[in-house]
Amino acid sequence: MSKVIIIDDEPLARSVVREYLQQHPGLEVVAECGDGFEGVKAIQQHQPDLILLDIQMPKITGFEMLELLDQPPAVIFATAFDEFAIKAFEAHAIDYLLKPFNQERFDKAIGKWAEQQAAIPAPEKNTQELLEAASLSPSQRQRIVVRNGSKIKIISVNDVWYLEAADDYVKIHTTEGYFLKNKTMAHFEQSLDPAIFVRSHRSYIVNVQQITRIDPYEKDNHVAVLRSGAKVPVSRSGYAKLKEVLGL
Amino acid sequence: MLLHFFGQPWEAAAVDAVLSNTLLLLACLLVMIVLRYYLPRGQQYINVFALCLLLTIAWLLLSKWLLGLLLGQYEGYKLLLHNSLSIRFSLAFLLLGFITMVSILWYSQLEQKEQEERKKDAEKLAREAELFKLRQQLQPHFLFNSLNSINALIGSRPQEARKMVQQLSDFLRGTIKKDEAQWVILKEELEYLQLYLDIEKVRFGNRLATAIDIEEITHNLKLPALLLQPIVENAIKFGLYDTIGETVIEISAAKEENHLVIKVKNPFDPETSSPKQGTGFGLNSVQRRLYLLFARNDLVTTEAKDNIFITIVRIPQA
Repeated sequence: MSKVIIIDDEPLARSVVREYLQQHPGLEVVAECGDGFEGVKAIQQHQPDLILLDIQMPKITGFEMLELLDQPPAVIFATAFDEFAIKAFEAHAIDYLLKPFNQERFDKAIGKWAEQQAAIPAPEKNTQELLEAASLSPSQRQRIVVRNGSKIKIISVNDVWYLEAADDYVKIHTTEGYFLKNKTMAHFEQSLDPAIFVRSHRSYIVNVQQITRIDPYEKDNHVAVLRSGAKVPVSRSGYAKLKEVLGL
Repeated sequence: MLLHFFGQPWEAAAVDAVLSNTLLLLACLLVMIVLRYYLPRGQQYINVFALCLLLTIAWLLLSKWLLGLLLGQYEGYKLLLHNSLSIRFSLAFLLLGFITMVSILWYSQLEQKEQEERKKDAEKLAREAELFKLRQQLQPHFLFNSLNSINALIGSRPQEARKMVQQLSDFLRGTIKKDEAQWVILKEELEYLQLYLDIEKVRFGNRLATAIDIEEITHNLKLPALLLQPIVENAIKFGLYDTIGETVIEISAAKEENHLVIKVKNPFDPETSSPKQGTGFGLNSVQRRLYLLFARNDLVTTEAKDNIFITIVRIPQA
């Protein structure tokens, strides 16, 4: 028996998925969730084999919810209309259902999942790539969602001072202290607005709106001083990038 | 020109006057016709000056030749004609110059008027097209999600599915029908809004509640058709997607100093919502519509107070 979780903020949308799932006796619905917070909890608790996920939901989107999971399960998206999301799906999702969809189309998506399940039991790779693609969407560039134990924090990018590489994590320094996110520097460099966030150093990305001045530091290097007083290393190539963005 | 009584017989003076003046009139007409189809711009005024000069000389030569032919037998006429050439030239040139100037002014003004009218027409067309587009912008999200809800209801509660199909049809019909009549009374707009709210309530179930408080005096006040729906849609989206749990949307209408004032309130979370989200597309289109209708940018305002976001729209009453 495979475990399934349905995550959608509209009760009727959940009920239609549940109805279609009755045709698949091998799948059992272990939880239904109305938003991403509940979704994270339920996924950690049940460790499902498959989730059916909506994108536009209260507080955090379906994509943001997946980012909070250490090991996201296989996902079939069900959404009404989102041009950008659809592009991301086409490239990387197991399948995506455009609402409204019928039983036949639903069965096909489940079939695809079952096939992948049998072939290579590693759907996370797809999901990761999907998230990378989705993070380039304009709406996702406005904020970063992080998990702090059981608490979920939504950080507006305006509140971010700088990002710092820390082993497998990235430390996000903000007005309220720092948060860790299981991502690469390259991910943030790509997904954040390049007019505001500049990779000033191999291990640092700085919010240029926070910079008050740039001082020379040792030979060839510089250091950016932020409004908060924090100092961010700037390499030679980073200095060139900063000069370009700041129009110096 | 009848000043030619310098010892000349009456007939000679008359012939001279009629001929000279007719020819001069023809020259004037020529100038006017030319200027009607060809208005000088910038440097080309020199050409106009040259034209005047040329015409005057041509007129002078022609009239001298003709007069010489006709009145040559009168004694002393030829001498008088010869002596008066410079006066004739000056007078003709002045007259032609004056006519030219008046024509230029007249035709320029005409052209300008025409241009203005054309510009006005073009602007009106553009404005109508834009208004039409703004009215048409129905969120595809709403439509597809509603269809999805109906799809769900067909399986479990067919009677409700039918009802929702009816509501959705009435709502869509309203969108199409109201395009023709740009202005509606508030009561009518609220009936239409209710259709929309009923559909949204089916979609979101218990999460969405509304409180509507409309002063009776406002029932017959006028507003542009389909103006409220995008505002409420914005509030619902903002309220439902920014908070967890039940969302109450409050809608109120009052009359204040010859304005219909409509307030739409929704809850929001100041910690997580960037201010950008609050004035999303929905409100921009409303603002744009009111600007096109009233040429005022201050008719849509927003306030955020104690986790409540308020959108205020003021519609001037004629």
